[in-house]
Amino acid sequence: MHVTSRRFKDNVRGAVNDANLRQSLATMKTGFRVKRGLAVAALPEFEALREAGKAIKTHTLEHLDHYLEHFEARVLERGGHVHWAPDAETARRAVLDICRTHGAKTVTKGKSMVAEEIELNAFLEGHGIRPVETDLGEYIIQLRHELPSHIIAPAIHVRKSQVASTFRESHPQFPADRPLEEPRELLDEARTVLREHFLGADVGITGANFLVAETGSSVIVTNEGNGDLTQLLPRVHIVVTSIEKVVPTLEDTGTLLRLLARSATGQIMSSYTTVSTGPRRPDDPDGPDHFHVVLLDNGRSRLLGGEFQDVLRCIRCAACINHCPVYGAVGGHAYGSVYPGPIGSVLTPGLASLEESASLPNASTLCGRCEEVCPMKIPLPRMLRHWREQEFARHLTPARTRWGLRAWAFAARRPWLYRLGTGLAGRLLSRLGRGRGRLARLPLAGGWTQVRDLPVPPPGGTFMARYKRGETR
Amino acid sequence: MPPETTPPGVPRVALLVTCLADLFRPTVAQAALRLLDAAGCTVRVPERQTCCGQPAFNSGDRVDAVAQARFMVEALEAESVDYVVAPSGSCASHIRHQYPILLGDDPAWAGRARELADKTHELLSFLVDRLGWTDVPGRLDAQVTYHDTCSGVRELGVKAQPRALMARVEGLAVTELAAPEECCGFGGTFCVKYPDISGRMAGDKADDVVATGAGMVLGGDMGCLLNIAGMLKRRGSSVQVRHVAEVLAGLTDAAPPIGEGTEAP
Repeated sequence: MHVTSRRFKDNVRGAVNDANLRQSLATMKTGFRVKRGLAVAALPEFEALREAGKAIKTHTLEHLDHYLEHFEARVLERGGHVHWAPDAETARRAVLDICRTHGAKTVTKGKSMVAEEIELNAFLEGHGIRPVETDLGEYIIQLRHELPSHIIAPAIHVRKSQVASTFRESHPQFPADRPLEEPRELLDEARTVLREHFLGADVGITGANFLVAETGSSVIVTNEGNGDLTQLLPRVHIVVTSIEKVVPTLEDTGTLLRLLARSATGQIMSSYTTVSTGPRRPDDPDGPDHFHVVLLDNGRSRLLGGEFQDVLRCIRCAACINHCPVYGAVGGHAYGSVYPGPIGSVLTPGLASLEESASLPNASTLCGRCEEVCPMKIPLPRMLRHWREQEFARHLTPARTRWGLRAWAFAARRPWLYRLGTGLAGRLLSRLGRGRGRLARLPLAGGWTQVRDLPVPPPGGTFMARYKRGETR
Repeated sequence: MPPETTPPGVPRVALLVTCLADLFRPTVAQAALRLLDAAGCTVRVPERQTCCGQPAFNSGDRVDAVAQARFMVEALEAESVDYVVAPSGSCASHIRHQYPILLGDDPAWAGRARELADKTHELLSFLVDRLGWTDVPGRLDAQVTYHDTCSGVRELGVKAQPRALMARVEGLAVTELAAPEECCGFGGTFCVKYPDISGRMAGDKADDVVATGAGMVLGGDMGCLLNIAGMLKRRGSSVQVRHVAEVLAGLTDAAPPIGEGTEAP
C-alpha cells in the first residue's frame, strides 16, 4: 500500500487554504450528515440494528478462517475460482493473469477501495491493459489522474466546473461548445461514454461490500447501476476484495445493508444491490462465463486477535469520515492514504506501517464523533490512542515531546514543585499579557499562537494559591 | 467544616480544580465552590491534586498516565467524601472512564480506581442529575450561546443540564449554535501539534458563534474555551468567552472574560 502520510503536515497546509476544497467539504457536512441524521431518526430500531450488525461481524472475525474456507468451497461448487492474496503484489498478479488468460485489452471497473489499495489501475496500465472506471466519481478522478479523497464519494473534492473542464479535455469527440453547466449534462455525457466501454470490455472488475459464506456470493451496492453493467456484460467477472468482508449468511447481509446505506448516504437502501453467485448457468439470460474472487489479506490477519481486531468490523460506510471535523478541515488527500478520516488513521498504520503513517493517529482531537456514528460501534478514538501508545513505546514520538512529557510528569506527582511551576508560569504569563489578558506571540508556544491568541491568567495567582490564602469564598 | 462533622444527608464533595482552571482561570473553580455550596454541599479542596493525567494518556505515554492516575487516586482519596466534582467534562470523564482501565490490571489499585470513578462527576450534570438542584444565584443580562464540549456531551451526556441551569439565570437568553456539538479543535496537545487544522476548526467554531449574534459564548471545559477565546480575540471579535459556571454562580464581576484584560481593548 503506497502511503505518503509522512507529508501530512505539508499536505494539511495546502488543504486548509484551498478555497475549492473548502466549498466541497462544506457541501459534505450539510449533505451526508443531515441525511444520515434523518435516516437514523426515522428508524426506531437503529440502535438495536447496530448491536445486531456488530454481533454478526464480531462473530465472523472470531471464526474468520472457518467462514473464508466455507466461502471458498461454495464458490468452487458454483464453478468459480478463489485466489488467496497475502499481499498487494499477489493480488495484482492474480488479476493480471486472469486478464491475460482471456486475452483482455480493456477492463471496466466498479468502485473498489481494495483495488485502490493495491493500486490496480497503474499496474494494469503498465502491462498494456486499459482499466476504465465506471463509477462516476471514480471515472472523474481517473480522468484527472487523482486518487480518491473519500471512500464513498471519491471525487468529493472536485467542483462541478472542474468536472466540466476535465470532460472537455478528455472527450474531444463531442462539440466543443456543448453546454456542461448542469449536473444532468455531465451525467449524460459520462453515460454516453461509459456505455461504449461497458459493451466493449473483456473483463469486469468489481469490489464487494459483503461476501456470503453460505452461498459463495459477493454483494455490491451502487447508486448508478454501473456495478451491474460491469459484472454482467463482460465474459469474465473478477471480484477484488478483502478477507474481512465475509459474513455467514445472506440473511446477515440484510442487517448490514440496512445499516450501510443509512450510515453512508442516509438512504434506506442503495439504488442497486447486486448479488453475484458464480458464473452464468446454462439457463441464465446473462452473466459472465468466468467468475473469480481475489481475496486480499495485506496486513489484515495481523490485526486479528489484538487490540485492533474490531477495526475489521468496518463496512466502509464513511460515516466516521463524514462526521470527522479533521477530515472536514483538510479533506481526504492530505492523509496520504487511500483510506482517509478516522477509519483510515486506524487502518493505515495497520496495513502499511506506523513509521510511514505516525502522523495520522495523532491528527485527531479524539472528539468521539466517529465512534458515535459508526454503525459497527468501532471504538476508533481508543484505537487511535493505541497507535499513539505504540508510537511512544517504539520511540517514534519526537524527542521534544517525550522530554516535555517527562518533565511535566515529574512535576505533576510532586505538588510542591508543581505549585512552584504553575505559580511562576501564571505570574509570568499574566505579566506578559500586560492588562490585555492575552498574548499574540509567545516563545515555545508557536503552535498555539500561530493561529490564535493565548489567553493569559488574570493577576492574583493560581486557584490553589488563592484557596490557601482563603480568597476563594 | 471537616467532613466528619457533616450532618447526615449533606453531600460531602471534593473539588477537582483541574489544571487549566487552576492556572488560567481560578474564577472557574471559585464559581464551582460557590455553586456546590449554594446547592447544600460541604466542599473540600484536596491539597495534593495536580492534573488528571490526560496529557500523558493522549500522547501515548501510558507509563506516566498510569503513574499520574495512581497519584491522583491517592490525592483525591485524602478527603473522605461522597463525590468528586470537576468543572470540566474532559477531566471528569478521564477519571470516570479511563482510570478503571489504566489501573484495572493492578489488584492493589483496581478497586480504588473503580470507587473513585464511580463517585466522580462533571459539575453541571452533578448539580442537575445528582442533586436535582437548579436554583442558581447568577443574574446576567446577556444574549449568550453555548458550545457543547466533546467529552462532556459524548462521554458524559452533558447536554440538557447546562441548558436547564442557564434557563434559571435571570436576564440570560440562549441562542443555539448551528453546530453546537462540533469539536472546536482544541484536543489537548493536538492544538499545538497541528495548528493549521486546529486553527481551521476553531475558525469554523468562531464563525458559528458570531453568526448567532450572541455577545457571549459559554462552555463547560477550559481547554475549549481558551481555544475559542484565542481565536475570537485574534480576529478582534468583541464576543466574550466565559465558563458557564461563572455565569451560573454570578461571578462575572470577579474577572474579565477569558482572553480580555482590565485595559480597554
